Amino acid sequence: MAVRKSTSKPNISPDELLKYYKDMLMIRRFEEKAGQLYGMGLIGGFCHLYIGQEAVVVGLEAAAEEGDKRITSYRDHGHMLAAGMNPDGVMAELTGRVGGYSKGKGGSMHMFSKEKHFYGGHGIVAAQVPLGAGLAFADLYKENGRVTFTYFGDGAANQGQVYETFNMAALWELPVIFVIENNQYAMGTSQRRSTSSPDIYTRGAAFGIPGEAVDGMDVLSVKEAGDRAVNHCRSGKGPYILEVKTYRYRGHSMSDPAKYRTREEVQKMREERDAIEHVRSLLLTGKHASEDDLKAIDKEVKAIVNASADFAKESPEPDLDELWTDIYA
Amino acid sequence: MAIQILMPALSPTMEEGTLAKWLVKEGDTVASGDIIAEIETDKATMEFEAVDDGIIGKLLIAEGTEAVQVNAPIAVLLEEGESSDTMDIDVPAVFTRPVSSQVSKIELAPSAPASATIPAIISVPSGPDWPDETPVKQQSVREALRDAMIEEMTSDPTVYLMGEEVGEYQGAYKVSQGLLEKFGNKRVIDTPITEHGFAGIAVGAAFGGLRPIVEFMTFNFAMQAMDQIINSAAKTLYMSGGQMGAPMVFRGPNGAAARVGAQHSQDFAAWFAQIPGLKVAMPYSASDAKGLLKTAIRDPNPVIFLENEILYGRNFDVPIMDNFTVPFGRARIWREGSDVTIVSFGIGMQHALEAGEKLLADGIVAEVIDLRTLRPIDYDTVIASVKKTNRCVTVEEGFPVGSIGNHLSSVIMERAFDYLDAPVINCTGKDVPMPYAANLEKLALVTSDQVVAAVKSVTYR
Ligand SMILES: Cc1ncc(C[n+]2csc(CCOP(=O)(O)OP(=O)(O)O)c2C)c(N)n1
Ligand SMILES: [Mg+2]
Repeated sequence: MAVRKSTSKPNISPDELLKYYKDMLMIRRFEEKAGQLYGMGLIGGFCHLYIGQEAVVVGLEAAAEEGDKRITSYRDHGHMLAAGMNPDGVMAELTGRVGGYSKGKGGSMHMFSKEKHFYGGHGIVAAQVPLGAGLAFADLYKENGRVTFTYFGDGAANQGQVYETFNMAALWELPVIFVIENNQYAMGTSQRRSTSSPDIYTRGAAFGIPGEAVDGMDVLSVKEAGDRAVNHCRSGKGPYILEVKTYRYRGHSMSDPAKYRTREEVQKMREERDAIEHVRSLLLTGKHASEDDLKAIDKEVKAIVNASADFAKESPEPDLDELWTDIYA
Repeated sequence: MAIQILMPALSPTMEEGTLAKWLVKEGDTVASGDIIAEIETDKATMEFEAVDDGIIGKLLIAEGTEAVQVNAPIAVLLEEGESSDTMDIDVPAVFTRPVSSQVSKIELAPSAPASATIPAIISVPSGPDWPDETPVKQQSVREALRDAMIEEMTSDPTVYLMGEEVGEYQGAYKVSQGLLEKFGNKRVIDTPITEHGFAGIAVGAAFGGLRPIVEFMTFNFAMQAMDQIINSAAKTLYMSGGQMGAPMVFRGPNGAAARVGAQHSQDFAAWFAQIPGLKVAMPYSASDAKGLLKTAIRDPNPVIFLENEILYGRNFDVPIMDNFTVPFGRARIWREGSDVTIVSFGIGMQHALEAGEKLLADGIVAEVIDLRTLRPIDYDTVIASVKKTNRCVTVEEGFPVGSIGNHLSSVIMERAFDYLDAPVINCTGKDVPMPYAANLEKLALVTSDQVVAAVKSVTYR
């Protein structure tokens, strides 16, 4: 149950590092664009942005293998992009169009891709935790060697079903990695005001589940911890907990009065701990890339995101008959 | 190229807002993510961030401007080297709505329900709920609910409020605004996100002699707590042979909001109304919200109190009087008529009243009844009306199968069969999970046009 401090591992190839940079940047630009479209009224309802937390999914996806599964909450755009889902399909779901992953019927919080083993997109806080264990149960049953990344927040960690799930996951040695994305806030409630002991990763101890705290603003630490968790699960030792300490820069959803933390706190994180800036400086100081190389990547990412926004605006609304489809199989 | 910064939509139901404050001035360099303005919606003041890098060329809307419509250009962002002098961008007048202090603020229905415009002030004839001479004030449903809690918490020290974000955040939908300051954190308690847990703790506290008000951020999340509500709160009085019960209120928004999808948009009225041991109130107007909530808090039983996000900002007359309450089990007749009885409750009343208005054009005078509480239900008022009009249409937002309308139809059949000139029609939401897409969502919700069509069908027009 050791807490491991982040150590930026040099054994990651420059190509990999460049890929992390690009993937994280893609999520950030995508989310900025989504925020913009929300402001224009093209996206409705709730829209929870992932800006600030990019290193978590990018690092963990780097530890995953083809066929591994993932499931998360409503704050799901980053997970989908990192899982390799098409930005066009994600953005078009945000605008409620037929080209979206759920044909426009799910929206920001409810997207799925069987092909990419992404199981949603869930709006009820912590409901995805037993679901994720269930996916792992199915994999164990089929003996296919897959693991499931089950993401949830620091707020979700207080729901009872999390602990019911911990017990069964440990009891049945399910290959599930519980990834607690601790961004320090659940809506306007800081972790300090909701959580009796600050180290959520220790909460598996009572069930015999190993856990560790991970620096979520350092993609290399996340990747390294992800490797450990995956090895543990894949070797048949049962579940593993990663409490990834991260930070969300934007409001909880688009409507957030932002009165529960100071601007300085957010600004300090952005300036001192930004995960993308971190990789950027590793790339530049290690001479793995030049400013021009990175500019080219920025440009490429921007083009993909803009194209997704265009697609999401042009894709038509679903046919009215779609109201009645997909209710029963 | 210069980019126009547009007035953002900052919540699912926002159509316009106040540009409270500029945090940048012309000539400032901003980076994406910098906070450039504070914008006030009906719910809160929110920070607005730049989404692009650039230089603020021109502020088009002065701070303090009210009623700036979503998507109105509010500033111009320049790229390096550009100048704002070469441009002249005017704000089209259509983007700001004149605000007169005379007119109370109208909150339009969000784009979701395909309803026609709602009259700004719904004139309420002095109903049976307060004496004729009583002065009234215009108040939003949100304020009325808050006042009910303040009054009851002031008069009864065993009443306390608990739920997610009810204290420091002032309520996710701002219903509990100011309560923490007034009553302190012993009586206004922020909980972790653990509905089953805190609902159970509140039921226990009620067994122990307190009168908890449990706020669910929305009733969708009460699903997590369903076992404690049904199996503990509703049944213990019976199981203990009357020795102990749960005098408490479970309240929060219920029903469809706008564009929030299947897990966040559903009406549970019929579900809760099924359970013996519970009482269920579902107000439409602000005076009913206040009067019924006060009654609910005083009631010695567990009360499910179903509010509605879309109604929170709407204004109605509320009587200025001490100790104003509305009894459970008494419907209110909003409009008298002789051709057809339209029965509804909660936000369904909006469609029922609108339909009542529209039907006048066809010479059909509808009697519109608001049940106000669903357990107990005021059957007598409905039956008396049906005996007069000989026709009935029910209106609700919930799913059609096992609806309140289904139940009323059966009661009407038992008690007024010989008076019916047409079958009772139930207007409900569609039998589908709520879709996200704007066009489909519109289709899934009950509308006043649907009610009009139903009335025409039962009146054979
Ligand atoms: C059961 C339930 N209760 C309440 C909510 C409302 N709600 C949505 S997100 C949220 C905060 C969750 O915080 P956390 O788990 O830390 O995740 P984060 O949003 O920080 O990613 C709340 C209270 C909900 N969706 N489901
Ligand atoms: Mg959180």
